[in-house]
Amino acid sequence: MTEFLQQLLNGLSLGAIYALIALGYTMVYGVLRFINFAHSDVFMVGSFIGYYVGHHVPENTVWGGLVVLFVAMAGCALLGMIIERLAYRPLRGAATLNVLITAIGVSLLLEYSGQVFFGATPRTFPSVFPSTNFTLGTLVISSNQVVVIAVATLLMVVLELIVFRTKIGTAMRAVSLNPKAAQLVGVNIDVVISFTFGLGSALAAAGGVLYALNYPSIDPLMGVMPGLKAFVAAVLGGIGNIPGAALGGLLLGTVETFVNGSQWSTYKDAIAFAILIIILLFRPAGLLGKASVEKV
Amino acid sequence: MPKPHLYLLAALLAAFGLSYYSDRLDPYYLDVLTGIGINIILAVSLNLVNGYTGQFSLGHAGFMSVGAYLSAGVTLFLGPRLLGEDGGTAVTQGVLFFFALVAGGLGAALAGLLVGVPSLRLKGDYLALVTLGFGEIIRVIFQNVEFLGGALGLNGIPAYTTIFWVLAFGALAVFTVTCLVNSTYGRGFLATKDDEIAAEAVGLNTTRYKIVAFVVGAFFAGAAGGLYGHFKMTITPTGFDFTKSIEIVVMVILGGMGNTLGVILAAILLTLLPEVLRPIAEYRMILYSFLLIVLMISRPQGLFNFKFGRAKS
Repeated sequence: MTEFLQQLLNGLSLGAIYALIALGYTMVYGVLRFINFAHSDVFMVGSFIGYYVGHHVPENTVWGGLVVLFVAMAGCALLGMIIERLAYRPLRGAATLNVLITAIGVSLLLEYSGQVFFGATPRTFPSVFPSTNFTLGTLVISSNQVVVIAVATLLMVVLELIVFRTKIGTAMRAVSLNPKAAQLVGVNIDVVISFTFGLGSALAAAGGVLYALNYPSIDPLMGVMPGLKAFVAAVLGGIGNIPGAALGGLLLGTVETFVNGSQWSTYKDAIAFAILIIILLFRPAGLLGKASVEKV
Repeated sequence: MPKPHLYLLAALLAAFGLSYYSDRLDPYYLDVLTGIGINIILAVSLNLVNGYTGQFSLGHAGFMSVGAYLSAGVTLFLGPRLLGEDGGTAVTQGVLFFFALVAGGLGAALAGLLVGVPSLRLKGDYLALVTLGFGEIIRVIFQNVEFLGGALGLNGIPAYTTIFWVLAFGALAVFTVTCLVNSTYGRGFLATKDDEIAAEAVGLNTTRYKIVAFVVGAFFAGAAGGLYGHFKMTITPTGFDFTKSIEIVVMVILGGMGNTLGVILAAILLTLLPEVLRPIAEYRMILYSFLLIVLMISRPQGLFNFKFGRAKS
C-alpha cells in the first residue's frame, strides 16, 4: 500500500509536468489547429535558461527558485512569440502539412542550435529550491515533488482565470471557436495568437525548470520524449480542451510511473504511444473532448 | 510514359553497367551514391502514401526498421546454413541477398497492413500521430528483443549492398509507383487524395486504396531498410526513430507532394546537402533546419513542383 501511494505521488508529480507542457500544445492547437512540434524544444530552452540563471542566484532558497522559474518563463514566452511571428505567421492559411513541416524545422533548429551553443554533453541542473525529504509514516515526499505539484497547480489555476475571466482569454476562446467570426466582431487575431504562444511557451518553460529539478541532467535533446508524451497527454484529454490537457497529463504520468515500477519498465516509452493509439481509435475526441460531426 | 517496362530494363542495365565499373570509382562517392539510392527508394515509396494518396504517415522509419531487421536476420541466421562454411559464391550470395530483401519488404508490408487497417480510419494530424506512435512502438519492441541485440542493435551484417542492388531497387520502386498511379486502377489514389467523399460517392473503396498505398509503401521501405542494414553493416533501433521518418517526409514535401521526379531530386539534394556542408560541420544541421523553414515559407508547393494547382483548404 505504501509503495502504491509512493508511486502514485511520483506519478502525479511527473504528470503535473506533462500537464504543463500539454497545456501549451492544446492551446496552440485550439487557436491554430496544428501540432507545434517546436513546443518540446521551448521546454528544453526553458530548462537551459533555468540552468544559467540558477548559477547566479543563491542555492537552496525559495525566492532564488522562484526567480529562476520566472526568468525562464519570461524568456520562453518571448521565444514563443518570436517563433510564431517569424516562422508560423507567414504560413497562416497554408496547408496543414506545410505548417507541420515548418514546426518540425523550428524544432530541429532549436535542437541543433542548442547543441552548438549549450554543448551536446548533459549538464547538471543546480538545486535552486531547498531540498529536503518529508516522511509521512513510511511515505517519503521530497520537497521538489511538493514544489512541482504546488507550482503546477498554481499555474493551472492562473491559466484557468486568464482564459475564463479576462478579456484576452475570451478572445482566445472566440478565435478557437471560429477565427473568421472572431475577426468580424473585432478581435485582433494576431495579438491573440501571439499571446497564446507566449502563454503556452511560459508554461513549457515552467515545466522545463520543474522537470530539471526532478531529473537534474539536461541536454539539448531532452525535450523530445517529454514533448511527445505531453502531446499524447493533450490528445488523451481531448485536444483543444484545457482541463482535458491537465487530466491527460496527470493520467499519463501516473500510468507511466506505475509501468516503470513494474517488470515491464523497459516498455515505458511504448505505453504512452499505445495509449495514444487506443484513444485515437476508440475515442478520437479524447476523454473530455466533444465529438465533432463532420459536415459534407 | 509510353513504355515504362523498357525504362525499367534500361535502368537495370545501367545499374549493372555502373556496378561493373564501380571499382574505379572513389569509395566515398560510391558511399554517397548508395545513400542517395536508399533515400530515393524511401522517399518515392512514402510519396505514394503521402503525396499521391494524401495520407500523412510519420512512421516510415518503423517499416524501414522491420525490413532492416528481417533481412539482416535472414542473412545472419539463415545465410551460414544455406551458403555453407566458405560463404558461397558471389552468385549465391546475390540470390540470398535478393530473397533477404524481398523477405524484409514483405515483413514490412505485413506490418504496414497491421498498422494501416485500424489507423487509416483517421485523418490528417491524427493519422500522422498514430503512425508516429506505431513507429515508436516498433522501435521500443526492437530495443527489448534480446535475440536481435536489444538496444545495442545487430552487428556484423555482411556487406552485401552494392550499387547495383540499390539502383535496381530504386528503379523498381519508381517503376512500381509510377505504373500504379498512372494505371486506371491507380487514378483512385489521386481521387482519394483530392476529395474522399466525392471518390466514395462514385463508388471507389477509398479505405482499400489507402491500405494498398500503405502496404506498397511499406514494402519498399522494408527493402530500403534491408539495403541500409547491409550497407552500414550494423543497425540499432535508435537509427530508425522518428527523426528518420521526418527526414523522409521532408524529402517528399520539398520534392512536391505527388511528383515522383521532384521527390527523387529532393532525395538527391537532401542527401548531398549534409555532405556539401561537411566543412562547416557544427553549423550544418542548423543551416539545414533553417533552409527547411525558409523553403516551406517561400515555396510551400515544393521545390520542384512547377504546376500551380488549386489552393487546398
